[in-house]
Amino acid sequence: MYLDHAATTPMLPAAIQAMAEQFARVGNPSSLHAAGRESRRVVEESRETIAAAVGAGPNEVIFTGGGTESDNLAVKGIYWSRRDADLRRRRIIASAVEHHAVLDCLEWLGKHEDADVTCLPVDALGRIHPAELRAAIEEAPEDVALVSVMWANNEVGTVQPIRELAAVAHEYDIPFHTDAVQAVGVLPVDFTASGVDALTLTGHKLGGPVGAGVLLLGRDVACTPVLHGGGQERDVRSGTLDTPAIAGLAVAVAGAVGDRSARSARLAGLRDGLVRGVVQRVPDAVLNGDPGDQYLDGGPTRLPGNAHLSFPGCEGDALLMLLDARGVECSTGSACSAGVSQPSHVLLAMGASVDRARGSLRFALGHPSTDADVAHLLDVIAPVVDRARRAGMAGTRRESVSVREHTTGADRSEAGGPAR
Amino acid sequence: MRLLAAMSGGVDSAVAAARAVDAGHEVTGVHLALSPAPASLRQGARGCCTLEDARDARRAADVLGIPFYVWDFHERFADDVVDDFVSEYAAGRTPNPCLRCNEKIKFAAVLDRAVALGFDAVVTGHHARLSDGVLRRSVDSGKDQSYVLAVLTPEQLALAVFPLGESTKADVRREASTRGLAVADKPDSHDVCFIADGDTRGFLARRLGERPGDLVDAESGAVVGRHGGAFGFTVGQRRGLRIGHPAVDGKPRYVLSISPATSIVTVGPAPMLDVTAVHAGPPVWTNGAPVLPFEGTAQLRAHGAVSGARAHLVRGRLVVELQEAQRGIAPGQAVVLYAGDRVVGSATIESTG
Repeated sequence: MYLDHAATTPMLPAAIQAMAEQFARVGNPSSLHAAGRESRRVVEESRETIAAAVGAGPNEVIFTGGGTESDNLAVKGIYWSRRDADLRRRRIIASAVEHHAVLDCLEWLGKHEDADVTCLPVDALGRIHPAELRAAIEEAPEDVALVSVMWANNEVGTVQPIRELAAVAHEYDIPFHTDAVQAVGVLPVDFTASGVDALTLTGHKLGGPVGAGVLLLGRDVACTPVLHGGGQERDVRSGTLDTPAIAGLAVAVAGAVGDRSARSARLAGLRDGLVRGVVQRVPDAVLNGDPGDQYLDGGPTRLPGNAHLSFPGCEGDALLMLLDARGVECSTGSACSAGVSQPSHVLLAMGASVDRARGSLRFALGHPSTDADVAHLLDVIAPVVDRARRAGMAGTRRESVSVREHTTGADRSEAGGPAR
Repeated sequence: MRLLAAMSGGVDSAVAAARAVDAGHEVTGVHLALSPAPASLRQGARGCCTLEDARDARRAADVLGIPFYVWDFHERFADDVVDDFVSEYAAGRTPNPCLRCNEKIKFAAVLDRAVALGFDAVVTGHHARLSDGVLRRSVDSGKDQSYVLAVLTPEQLALAVFPLGESTKADVRREASTRGLAVADKPDSHDVCFIADGDTRGFLARRLGERPGDLVDAESGAVVGRHGGAFGFTVGQRRGLRIGHPAVDGKPRYVLSISPATSIVTVGPAPMLDVTAVHAGPPVWTNGAPVLPFEGTAQLRAHGAVSGARAHLVRGRLVVELQEAQRGIAPGQAVVLYAGDRVVGSATIESTG
């Protein structure tokens, strides 16, 4: 039972087919001969398909190698351009709950490029309030290089009031970037209507390939390149265009956006059943993030496939392992390649305690998810939580019960206790 | 049985896990993250907690076809092993962090968590034999690790599995190679795993600050040098004393004792290092208390020499008389009692005589 669709979701069969067709062909879209022109045609038709699906112009579609690259390009590129045009502009305003692809760019710009970062707080549901953005800008409007706020949070699923936030930034003529990798194909995302200047999307969250993404970049938004070379994408991004991946991405975006409304409604229903079922079986489990019962810019206030829950007294990685052994694949929310899992910066920003942050799981439903997936989770969740609760927070600084038992054993031995 | 295999990323724990799988057990691999900020790559033969080591462990688990996870025990390790290491040196003793890690982390915190999560026992790649509750030396005397396991109680040993005790290290490497495990030729790790650059003195100085003091000759009572901190020394140490002039008798000088309170490090000629009795703390018996006084052998350092020994308890604390004088015996180390190759128990050395 794969319940980790926010990490990556299976490719749509039509996207696989589109890629397979292109893999079998030769042609660099930048070449001038017939094979090159044929590849170029595939790329440009894909660009138009994507642009139409997300309410952008074809010239606003910059193909990249994925979400992380798009975020790096937007944050660094727009910062550099804005700073170079006016050296006072060294401040970047971003939310505290951004993905590391944005947060780590900010940290790097702070260390190496003299940027100042203003962190926007979130409320207990993980939401940024436009008044907070206005206040942050008002500290010194002329200093601000850009604002970056994600469309919807990858961990807790809370959707941000992007249109309103972008409007606030625009009152001060400040460009606005949004990381929308979790939103496209799930929420109504319209680049032009939202008013944002730059938007990140990626293929593998919506049924397309890994390693293919887009930065939507408004026609008049200056952005300094991160990668230098052939200048293939509007002189903002270099590198040979990956025709197969782009073809697959376009099919996936069109497919996901095309049946978005019905699929999102279905997933929200499944998700509500999942949350209800878990809380029935584990009464002290708590849903994190917005409950999703309101509307915002024509969509729900929570990602429809997202159920992020805290299980008091449990460690998330113990829950994950026990569920994995029972065929349920989910996530603790913030994967960490170092293996040393940090408590989620998102939950901490929402005011959760470290223990609550550690004891959390994210179940993310996606296009193939069914009632049976949820039913299987509900079958196993109560004994798994019981088990994890007994294991407690071993590894952290709390003394566990059985450590004391061992000590007692040692004491007995010290006193020359009986042989076993 | 459902077994949790602790996988460091080295060859021993990989083969131990493989043998547990072959024996028909349901095995899950776990790599322990013990550093708060693991380095990306190993440096020489030190450490077992870099990302490279975690990757090696994961690749071994892939080859064995077992689930694999990283367990984060860095806070417990910092409290129970690293802080203990620092405070022991600060108190003038010479700790053995591997032994402490077995006692407090691998066969305590990790074992507890494993049992609570439904595992029946923990498998490790230690070179020691364990059957029916009896812990014995490995058949490979050069690789025997029974010394660092002698702190374990019967309760802890009852939940441990050591599949490598009947094999030599060479056998283990050959087997790893036959099994297609990429770690077959990985160098053995040694030195203190959490001191990546191998500079124990520098590590302690960063934690404790400089605490200068005198080097005093035990025979003449003269001050023969200065040092930056008594914690930088260990009993029996000869190198790095930086004594300006040769001793009166022309013989090399060794550290005899360390007094953290006065920061005085006493040095003297080799014969003054001779120890014929050790006074240790309360013992841990690995398989119940033996008949006392106990007659057998004692080992006082990891990979140290073995002496005939007679042990008895004085007010619950272990006193061991040695048949042959031993040198370089430091408070803080463990005295481990053996009956032949069988581990009887251990205690921490408090003083020597």
